[in-house]
Amino acid sequence: MTAPLTPRDEADLAEAVGGAFARSETLEVVGQGSRRALGRATRSDALLDVSALSGITLYEPEELVLSARAGTPLSDIAAQLDAHGQMLAFEPADLGPLLGGPAGSGSLGGTVAVNLCGPRRLSAGAARDHMLGLRAVSGRGELFKAGGRVVKNVTGYDLPRLFTGAFGTLGVLTELTLKVMPKPPAEETLLVCGLGPGEPADAASRALTSAMGSSCEVSGAAFLPAAIAARLPDLEGVGDAVAFRMEGVAPSIAARRERLAGLMAAYGTLETLPEAPSRALWAALRDVQPFHDGKAAPRVVWRISTAPAGGPALAELLATTLDGEAFCDWAGGLIWLALPPGASRAVEVRRATARHGGHATLIRADAAERARVPVFQPLEGALAALTRRVKASFDPKGVLNRGRMHEGM
Amino acid sequence: MSGRRLPDADERVIARRAEIAAALAGLVAPDAVIAHERQMRPYETDGLTAYRQLPLVVVLPSTTAEVAAVLKYCHHNEIRVVPRGAGTSLSGGALPLGDAVLIGMGKFTRILEIDLENRCAVVEPGVTNLAITKAVEAQGFYYAPDPSSQIACTIGGNVAENAGGVHCLKYGLTTHNVLGAELVLPTGEIVELGGKHLDAGGLDLLSVVIGSEGLLGIVTRVTVRLLKKPDTARALLVGFATSEDAGECVARIIGQGIIPAGIEMMDRDAIAAAEAFVQVGYPLDVEALLIIELDGPEAECTHLMEQVVAIARACRAANLRVSQSEEERLGFWAGRKAAFPAVGRLSPDYLCMDGTIPRKRLPEVLARMRELSARYGLRLANVFHAGDGNLHPLILFDANAPGELDAAEALGSDILRLCVEVGGVLTGEHGVGIEKRDLMPVMFSDGDLLQQQRLKCAFDGKGLLNPGKVFPTLHRCAEAGRMQVSGGALSFPDLPRF
Ligand SMILES: Cc1cc2nc3c(=O)[nH]c(=O)nc-3n(C[C@H](O)[C@H](O)[C@H](O)COP(=O)(O)OP(=O)(O)OC[C@H]3O[C@@H](n4cnc5c(N)ncnc54)[C@H](O)[C@@H]3O)c2cc1C
Repeated sequence: MTAPLTPRDEADLAEAVGGAFARSETLEVVGQGSRRALGRATRSDALLDVSALSGITLYEPEELVLSARAGTPLSDIAAQLDAHGQMLAFEPADLGPLLGGPAGSGSLGGTVAVNLCGPRRLSAGAARDHMLGLRAVSGRGELFKAGGRVVKNVTGYDLPRLFTGAFGTLGVLTELTLKVMPKPPAEETLLVCGLGPGEPADAASRALTSAMGSSCEVSGAAFLPAAIAARLPDLEGVGDAVAFRMEGVAPSIAARRERLAGLMAAYGTLETLPEAPSRALWAALRDVQPFHDGKAAPRVVWRISTAPAGGPALAELLATTLDGEAFCDWAGGLIWLALPPGASRAVEVRRATARHGGHATLIRADAAERARVPVFQPLEGALAALTRRVKASFDPKGVLNRGRMHEGM
Repeated sequence: MSGRRLPDADERVIARRAEIAAALAGLVAPDAVIAHERQMRPYETDGLTAYRQLPLVVVLPSTTAEVAAVLKYCHHNEIRVVPRGAGTSLSGGALPLGDAVLIGMGKFTRILEIDLENRCAVVEPGVTNLAITKAVEAQGFYYAPDPSSQIACTIGGNVAENAGGVHCLKYGLTTHNVLGAELVLPTGEIVELGGKHLDAGGLDLLSVVIGSEGLLGIVTRVTVRLLKKPDTARALLVGFATSEDAGECVARIIGQGIIPAGIEMMDRDAIAAAEAFVQVGYPLDVEALLIIELDGPEAECTHLMEQVVAIARACRAANLRVSQSEEERLGFWAGRKAAFPAVGRLSPDYLCMDGTIPRKRLPEVLARMRELSARYGLRLANVFHAGDGNLHPLILFDANAPGELDAAEALGSDILRLCVEVGGVLTGEHGVGIEKRDLMPVMFSDGDLLQQQRLKCAFDGKGLLNPGKVFPTLHRCAEAGRMQVSGGALSFPDLPRF
């Protein structure tokens, strides 16, 4: 590999990509590099480091809008927003420690490129749902923009959302505009401990469905089997549990807690976590702390997106049949699964997931495994061909992050 | 018919009308093909009624397989296609072309599955927006996006336009409330995007299908998210002596961290028209009227309403009423919801604009719109989704008066240019269609549009789906692939526009 390309600004970057296009070379795009271990393991001719494209370019709190260059550290953005009582409502996860790196790193561009989010996905959506506009460089080295800075906009195709979660395979993001939201003034968590009657996964599913079908407006809903709960802050000894987060103004939380407690009494004993431990719990779940295995012999980690009602049962099935551990976020719609180090068991994981509907992404495995098995749900037929054409429409020579999502694409 | 030109019709295709109709009749039920002029009349226009055009033939498939067969036939024979839902588009998105098959989705009216455990419903695209809510409201659920046209417009049309409504400030647009779709590509191939789960497994193609205005494929099934109805909703009706005061009130509410379910604004002319039409007790002596709705648990509504009322007073509210009953709340809305027909009574015709602006620019934009209105000698009434900056100026005119339609369109274009100039966009929820097509270069450079068009080519390589809409210039896909932008300039700068 040649020395990394380090463009100072958009024009520089367009030129760098244009050069690679002309020479038919491949580039791996990195911001802070905190998420390099996500996606298929690939080899490129050069690194394209966009971290110099940094800085908030527009922030109007009363308009709920923020623009920043793609390399801006997420921590800078969080600090600015915090000073005005605002936040990125999709709660971007910090996957650094899960992937064996430090906590607190990561750029805005990287966050958007992998469509990170957290427990609030349930009520507030993912990064995609907050994207308003972008500037980017195509795989031909062309600088362009799409979207705008206002929340209601249907002028042209919604490229900002398409580029979110595209892992940098369609274009190099240079500047992003997002919707920001006020921070909820208060939060607390209701825990349902020692789940029953019957199988814990089954009780969890019924409890989660009942809460989500009520007007309690929970903004976090997780199923935590006993062994997982025992490793979370303040949750020792709760047994198999479900946790619900409520956010908002205090009188509203009080009313919702009372209603939810009434609904949940049938499923276990109830406990509430006040503000501070509640925050700690949801931050831990957001960052998948139960699977932070350190450097020693990290387990394989899968992230499964499925129809929520069947989530706890699928989690339980995968954990028992594959000798692993699993828990659910998003009211069952998101399963985090850890399997013993080594083989990722992709075929078994995907076969079980297919029966419930949804898809599985391999999040942590060594590079050899991430090169051997499809990291993203394999595509078939017309959808595979369409995906290939969409990639080629922005990046016909496959200059950018080639193979990061799908082999050869 | 005025200003906006459509692509030249291919006379050779028109000459084959009978043969094409016969071939289509072999692909769908024989009575599902309409080729007689009189029977095609109902399809000749959509909500942008100034434009009328009979299609080549109308076909009304009733299954995905039939849609696929029709598209495959058209693809093979290089015949253009225009998809149509209920035909309420305000931007001419469903306007037929003389040499194109109009595919009406009106027979896709089944609700296929209601899955309350997963809080979603799977429906065919011809189901109306309101019918989804009606099907689940007994269980306390609803489908959140609520365009004013919701009795008539279809979910397929909503997906194609990324429709909004008065509650998108808190609950989002169609794109935030659709989980999956089945899409038939112009080749007749069928792809499944999303499902009952939340995240896309690969590229988020669903997000570009939503808002694609019928240019990428035909949606044959939609999975929508259902929400539990909030316990309480309460509305505040508040008048202000100036639009500046009203604008400040909205900014302060949001600045304090309160996100109401909806904030609507009307100006003096819109208030007068609505009040004359439905008599709901709107104050007539104010320049701007806000309807601010809060929803959620009773305790929350009460708590936040106190804060909102205090803010409104601090912003010099001239006049203020909080709804005390559900009936009164619906009354506040009745005037707003009837604003379009109410304005329609004042004038033989009107055009409804749809720009979005950064909210704080509102007073300036209103003032400049008044100047424009005077310059063109045409009246304007304004309704405004104030919470999210989406402006609906209604331009009053008489299509029978010579030159008035042209003047109204020119005024509309000036208003939209103004929206872009202050940092906003051409369309917030009604789509580009033919109406704003020629204004796209105001917002986007040729290079920006080229990226969009290449994406179109990835879905529709022959450019057969809904041509003449959205893009001011049509490049052949092979050409779009060869072009190159550098330093902001296109290497083929002199291609013809319509
Ligand atoms: C009085 C009135 C009030 C309105 N209020 C609002 C409002 O508050 N908010 C708002 O967002 N809009 C509003 N609209 C605009 C309009 O109702 C919406 O754009 C609606 O989504 C169009 O749905 P439709 O079924 O009528 O689609 P059509 O008008 O038939 O078609 C619209 C577009 O969708 C395409 N299309 C339709 N069905 C499909 C399909 N199955 N697959 C692929 N493409 C398809 C068509 O080709 C066309 O481009 C209003 C319109 C009127 C007349």
